Amino acid sequence: MDMILGHYNYWMVIIIMMAGFYTVISRGNLVKKIVGLNIFQVSVFLLYISIGNVKDGATPIIEKGVDLYSNPLPHVLILTAIVVGVATTALGLALVVRIKEAYGTIEEDDIHNQDQSL
Amino acid sequence: MISLASEKLIILAMLLPLLAAVLIVLVDKKPNLRDALSIIISLALLATVLSLLPSILEGNQTSITLLEIVPGLPITFTLEPLGMLFACVAALLWPVNTLYSIGYMRGNKEKHQTRFYICFAIALSCTMGIALAGNLLTLFICYELLTLSTYPLVTHKGNEDAKKAGRVYLGILLSTSIGFFLLAILWTWHLTGTLDFKAEGILAGKIAGPELIVLLFLYVYGIGKAALMPMHRWLPAAMVAPTPVSALLHAVAVVKAGVFSIVKVVIYVFGLDMLRLSDGADWVLWIAGFTIISASIIALKQDNLKRRLAYSTISQLSYVTLAVFILAPLSIVAAALHIVAHAFGKVTLFFAAGSIYTASHKTNISQLNGIGYRMPWTMAAFTIGAISMIGLPPTAGFLSKWYMLQGAFQQEQVFAVLIIIASTLLNAAYFIPIIYTAWFKKEGQESGELVVHGEAPKAIVFALMTTASLTLLLFFFPDVPLQLAMLLRCY
Amino acid sequence: MIENHLSLLLVVLPLLAAPIVAVLPNGRLPWAVSTLVSWSVFYLAAWQLMNVNTGNVISYELGGWAPPWGIEYRIDAANALVALIVSGIAALTLPYALKSVIKEIPQQQHALFYAAFMLCLTGLLGIAQTGDIFNLFVFLEISSLSSYALISLGKKRQALTAAYQYLIMGTIGATFFIIGVGLLYAMTGTLNMADLAQRLPELYEHRTIHTAFAFIMVGFALKLALFPLHVWLPNAYTYAPTVVTIFLAATATKVAVYVMLRMVFTVFSFTFIESTPADELFLLLCVMGILGMSFYAIYQKDSKRLLAYSSVAQIGYMMLGIGLGSVLGATATLVHLFNHALMKGALFMAIGALVYRVGSSRLEHFSGLGKQMPWTFAAIVIGGLSLIGVPGTAGFISKWYLVLAAIEQQNWLIVGVILIGSLLAVIYVWKIVEVLYFKATGEMEQHNTAVKEAPLMMLIPMWVLVLANVYFGFNTELTVGTAQQAVQLLIPGVNK
Repeated sequence: MDMILGHYNYWMVIIIMMAGFYTVISRGNLVKKIVGLNIFQVSVFLLYISIGNVKDGATPIIEKGVDLYSNPLPHVLILTAIVVGVATTALGLALVVRIKEAYGTIEEDDIHNQDQSL
Repeated sequence: MISLASEKLIILAMLLPLLAAVLIVLVDKKPNLRDALSIIISLALLATVLSLLPSILEGNQTSITLLEIVPGLPITFTLEPLGMLFACVAALLWPVNTLYSIGYMRGNKEKHQTRFYICFAIALSCTMGIALAGNLLTLFICYELLTLSTYPLVTHKGNEDAKKAGRVYLGILLSTSIGFFLLAILWTWHLTGTLDFKAEGILAGKIAGPELIVLLFLYVYGIGKAALMPMHRWLPAAMVAPTPVSALLHAVAVVKAGVFSIVKVVIYVFGLDMLRLSDGADWVLWIAGFTIISASIIALKQDNLKRRLAYSTISQLSYVTLAVFILAPLSIVAAALHIVAHAFGKVTLFFAAGSIYTASHKTNISQLNGIGYRMPWTMAAFTIGAISMIGLPPTAGFLSKWYMLQGAFQQEQVFAVLIIIASTLLNAAYFIPIIYTAWFKKEGQESGELVVHGEAPKAIVFALMTTASLTLLLFFFPDVPLQLAMLLRCY
Repeated sequence: MIENHLSLLLVVLPLLAAPIVAVLPNGRLPWAVSTLVSWSVFYLAAWQLMNVNTGNVISYELGGWAPPWGIEYRIDAANALVALIVSGIAALTLPYALKSVIKEIPQQQHALFYAAFMLCLTGLLGIAQTGDIFNLFVFLEISSLSSYALISLGKKRQALTAAYQYLIMGTIGATFFIIGVGLLYAMTGTLNMADLAQRLPELYEHRTIHTAFAFIMVGFALKLALFPLHVWLPNAYTYAPTVVTIFLAATATKVAVYVMLRMVFTVFSFTFIESTPADELFLLLCVMGILGMSFYAIYQKDSKRLLAYSSVAQIGYMMLGIGLGSVLGATATLVHLFNHALMKGALFMAIGALVYRVGSSRLEHFSGLGKQMPWTFAAIVIGGLSLIGVPGTAGFISKWYLVLAAIEQQNWLIVGVILIGSLLAVIYVWKIVEVLYFKATGEMEQHNTAVKEAPLMMLIPMWVLVLANVYFGFNTELTVGTAQQAVQLLIPGVNK
């Protein structure tokens, strides 16, 4: 029981991660793939943020009378990672738009068929 | 003082052909100047190589290191008797062959003549590099470059046949050298930490038992240019090349580079003493014997003259391998001598084949009825070459066979003796019919139209008479080559 | 004073150049600025290598924050060598790019193209320079994102799908990597590679460390296109603009291999790897990759795709050195990393020149061009020989060390695979050579006789690389010397 409840944050991370990863692999729609990719990345953000938490630690802002803080570094790291994720999403979506213009579809199978038939 | 000079000469021997290549590019548009330059430089090379002779006959060994590729692994050139012998042969035949090429290429109006001469010169430079290589790495580099520089020569015609032949040629030569030869070299390096050629061999005491046999086979088959069966198929394939290429490269430079490398590896890498204790040498001996006999039998069935000569070359090359692996001091001498003797004889034969082709466009033996009377000089030279191949006096071929037999008796190698006798008969069986056809059959009996033609161009006739007389001269004055070969006996 | 900051300048210079280039008017100016920047960066990288080649280690603290809290740039011979390759290839690709880009990319995108190129250079150099594992991730994404954009600029519409495919796989790889990093951080509380290397050994038994290691390895195996995670690479190389293919083929996967080396030998250690099945797995995948991908290359009809498959096979060679897990193996990997950049750079440049003249990269369209474009043809021959590993070329040195490393461990299977791989390389290289060398037949005959030699601006960079292939086949002081130096620092505990 402790295995499940004590590590509930990790379980959540794993569930979200797998949901996202599965979406990327299984969906043929290019936009859905990117949605899946986003979910996948979010799970990693959660992983980082939750490991930054120190038990009974306060918000990491220096204050009198508080000597146990949470670790601020993972948050900072993940800020960067979020920025990277946004950029990836933007670029991915831009590519999808261009693909739609070039092929008239965003379904992987259709695109594949069109390239094959050439 | 002398050694300094010879160092420079060694470098010069390799640079001269390269210089020729560069000059040929520059005078591309003027065929006469180009051909004159080729001859002048080839004569200069001959002079260079011959001027190295005195020092080596005195027993000096000169060595020059250019640069170090990997720590402990330099590019080194060393002058030693065997290499000197090989270099002499190649340098001596180059001017003759150039003369012949000029006659042949013009006579047949071949295209891309400039490219032909360039590649030829580069190939010669690589051959010099092989002859003078001071360690296995240097040898290997020149060996590979020789393969590559002869590829455009083999595929000179540029048609579908040439393309296919080129694939076989490169395929076999590169795959054996990269797959086996390189592996053997790396293995040797791993075992000994050196790749230098040393008189007593570098592997002594470093390897034994079955591993030694494996390594030996890696070398013997890795050196695909020696055309030991079943790695021989590239040689008949290479016959699509113009005849001067077949003559100098595929009867002398390339194939001799193969057997030369084998002799070098046996003497300077393994060392004779070590091989005498191993079964491996016997195995190679049997394979060489098998190659001699079966190549001769195949040669019997060939009607195309150049293909018959090619199979004869395969069998003659294995003589050298056989002689070395008898492992007697005298048989080593025989191996060295045979490199020389076969070179002169085979070049003559190929020159004759090319001469017939230029004059009459005939390629098959069955078309040669009575050709001796139309082309007396050519066929006289051919006859001398053939006698030398069979090994009868008064030709050079007799000398090498004589020493080979002596070596075999010395070592009590009955198998080798039997092979030599049997193959001599076979040699006679496939050469005498040609001579008979040429001199004693009546013209006009063969199918096809009667072509009226005379002797080939003068340059060709002069070239083949030169090599034919060299074959005879070598029998009467074998001093220098014998002296060089005898120097090998001490190892 | 400024000298202390040069290592940082190496990364910052192209980073600053990128926005500047982006706002410049289209035309030659963006190209000129990028070229200038890439040359200065190359100069800096050469200077840096000279400084560390003696065994020095440059440590630079970003913003003056002391490691392991602040970001540290820690440059030893390995970093410097990789930085030199990346900047060197960039410095050669950019002069080459001028004509090729004009032909392949619409004019209004030129400034943006060069800006993306600068960003990609920044990212790759950053990966090479940094000593901080999270910073590495950031640079990885900078280089990846810009390379997705660059690839999508290819002329054919397949370039878009190729870029998309790469984006998905690349992001998954990067995310895997970052998961691994997160787990490492959770266990050790540090992101500094040198610091990690010190703290990890006592935790080797821990399962989380194994998980982290697995994530990091898989993540980077995706990035460096280790068989069978290579599917993005052939498409990306085939459809990207020529210049991008040259640059990425010669640098991107190399940098990823370097990271792999750093991870396997410095951050973790080979003793750790041996306790996992990773080393055997690497060897197995490399063997399959080398043989399988070389066979694939033989059957390709498109020259760029042929070389792309050959790249996947060559990555197998590099990873072999890591999988063998010896000093000699790591040396071989570094040497091959350098040499392969030279040969693939030269080959792709030559193919690019053909594409520039013919307008297609299909092999059948090259028929008989050897006569029309002799210099380009010669470049392909020499580059190809180097790829095969013929002595006298850089490729031979790589093969030499790889085989030696395998013989040292008595691993004859690997020896055989390396040599068979070379023979397969003979076949696919000769496929290109034959097409060019023999006379054109059929309809190509008329078409191709009008073709002229490539412009000088393309020939010069191409031949610099070709001559480098020959030079490093004879003089190995820089490659092998530096690699040996680097390996001593990569693998702690190795004595001279």
